Amino acid sequence: MLKNLNKTTRSNIITYGIVIVAFVVMQGLAMAGAISNSLVGLLVPICAYICLTISLNLVVGISGELSLGHAGFMSVGAFCGLVVAACCRGIVGSDIVRLTIAILAAGAMAAVAGVIIGLPVMRLRGDYLAIVTLAFGEIIKNLLNNLYVGKDASGLHFSMESANSLGMQGGTILINGPQGATGIDKLSTFASGFVLILVTLTVVLNLINSRTGRAIMAVRDNRIAAESVGINVTKYRLIAFVVSAALAGMAGALYAMNYSSIVPKKFDFNTSILILVFVVLGGMGNIRGGIVSAALLTVLPELLRFIGDYRMLIYAIVLILVMILSNNAAFQSRLTSLREKVRRRSDDQAALAVDSQSGGASHE
Amino acid sequence: MSKDVKGTYLAQSAAAKAASEGAVSDADEGRSQEASAQAAPAKSQRKGSRTKMVPVPSTSIVPERDADKDPVLECRHLGIDFGGLRAVDDFNMMIGRTEIAGLIGPNGAGKTTVFNLLTKVYQPTRGTILLDGVDTAGMDTAKVSKAGIARTFQNIRLFGSLTVEENVRIGLHNQVKCGMWSGMLRLPRHWVSEKEFHDRSLELLDVFHMANNAGDVAGSLPYGAQRRLEIVRALATNPKLLLLDEPAAGMNPSETAELMDTIVRIRDTFNIAILLIEHDMDLVMGICEGIAVLNFGKIIAKGTPDDIQNNPQVIEAYLGKQDTDQGGE
Repeated sequence: MLKNLNKTTRSNIITYGIVIVAFVVMQGLAMAGAISNSLVGLLVPICAYICLTISLNLVVGISGELSLGHAGFMSVGAFCGLVVAACCRGIVGSDIVRLTIAILAAGAMAAVAGVIIGLPVMRLRGDYLAIVTLAFGEIIKNLLNNLYVGKDASGLHFSMESANSLGMQGGTILINGPQGATGIDKLSTFASGFVLILVTLTVVLNLINSRTGRAIMAVRDNRIAAESVGINVTKYRLIAFVVSAALAGMAGALYAMNYSSIVPKKFDFNTSILILVFVVLGGMGNIRGGIVSAALLTVLPELLRFIGDYRMLIYAIVLILVMILSNNAAFQSRLTSLREKVRRRSDDQAALAVDSQSGGASHE
Repeated sequence: MSKDVKGTYLAQSAAAKAASEGAVSDADEGRSQEASAQAAPAKSQRKGSRTKMVPVPSTSIVPERDADKDPVLECRHLGIDFGGLRAVDDFNMMIGRTEIAGLIGPNGAGKTTVFNLLTKVYQPTRGTILLDGVDTAGMDTAKVSKAGIARTFQNIRLFGSLTVEENVRIGLHNQVKCGMWSGMLRLPRHWVSEKEFHDRSLELLDVFHMANNAGDVAGSLPYGAQRRLEIVRALATNPKLLLLDEPAAGMNPSETAELMDTIVRIRDTFNIAILLIEHDMDLVMGICEGIAVLNFGKIIAKGTPDDIQNNPQVIEAYLGKQDTDQGGE
């Protein structure tokens, strides 16, 4: 039945399938207690990183721009989500509804940040764009380092100076400058992470296979030709950038609400690069590859814990090997021929099986 | 032989204005060479009696069948400087509604620069471009495309990683509308527009017998097919004027002959004007109705294929100066 659909639809269904199967398997293993506690603790971060990888792929792979400030949008979403979740604490009873509201608000806030940064940044291209997004990521981190938010009976208080200048009467301090947020309600669950992955995946895949997505890819493939057929280049680059920022913000909220405390320093340049590594390893523009690489590379350091200090060395070697092998033409062609051989053998076996059942139903 | 009605009118009114004011206004100067030549004596005789003014032919020509309609494109004194270099200067041209016009000239004459000016890849330093009577000043490339100019490129610029059909669908971008949210949330509008995209792109590809290649990746097509696909993509934008930059480059004689038929067929099917740059003289002389010759950024000759073939300045530009009797000036 899959064969009747066109190529992109089939590929998308496989991607959704992989995510769903992986979720069911991991959920089953976790419930059976077959995986270690530390790995269970990694499930939500894996979901968040997968969402971040998919969203960054929209900018790097589909729109063809190098953005080094993705963690900035993640942090905007994370802290906005925390504040919104704290505000809803007394009002909304259900945890799931609270988490949903927090994640949606985080996405909206990150989208606003995306527009504010995107408007000046989209005048630039290539290396310049990368440097400016890098700078914006750092600016966001430093702003959050100086942000104090408190909540008391009279409402929310904001300050950029110190916790004392909030003028609080009792209440709690939600974000305490460089010390970050403490006492977070751990609302995120593996299931909610899974749902967010599906939402992110749906948004990105639907966008790619629509009029808007084609315009974005046209700008990537050939800017001058895209302009010459009447595509507003800035508009479509901005759309990709803002949608990606919004999705990163949502993933950031999910990520933050998995921990009881979080500091702005967590969302620094290294995190941006980490997400970029997931995207590049999975293959730029390859959504499915990004999902797999994000999951594996988040788990890998944990799996290698038994070899102690050598684990980061092994991690680095794995990264280098994947990079070399995925760009090695000789290795690629050997892999293809091997795959052909396997396929032929299985075809032969299928043919044999059909022959043996004389008069069997006709197979495709 | 057919005279351009509008050009004549402009020259007349310019001359009349000069006469009535008794002086030549700078703005009118050179509207057509004849006009200024006519006005010059008026200046010297400004204190004497009124000069008798006569209508003069303009330098522009359009096919007789288009003479009573507004021209699709009119360039007046178009020019661009790159630093100190005048890449194109005083470029005047008029193209009729359904004309197949040619722009030829030696390498480096500025032909592609003219295309880039018309499509606003470069903003002109001087002059005006009227597309269907609308001034395109201040428009960018995308807006000019919406206004009705489509083009192909000398070095093919397809969306190489996308399929043939997707390339045409991108060409249809402004013909079929569907917002970002409809696409992202798969609202009914999305499915309606996707169906329209599919049907119209296959229809266009069918005109060039490429419907069978709809699913192929554009970058993997053979050279000739890539050139044809570029034309299909340009036609998908529903233009009034199609600019073809060396459509026959790299084609063998039989492919070129086929291309000539195709170009005429495009004009007849879509009822649009075509301006083409080409070095293949068989093609230019075979199908172009009006030809302009560019050398060092200036038009040195305009006329029918026969006029151009016998024009000594053109021969000089292409072959160099001949000795004694026929030589240059």
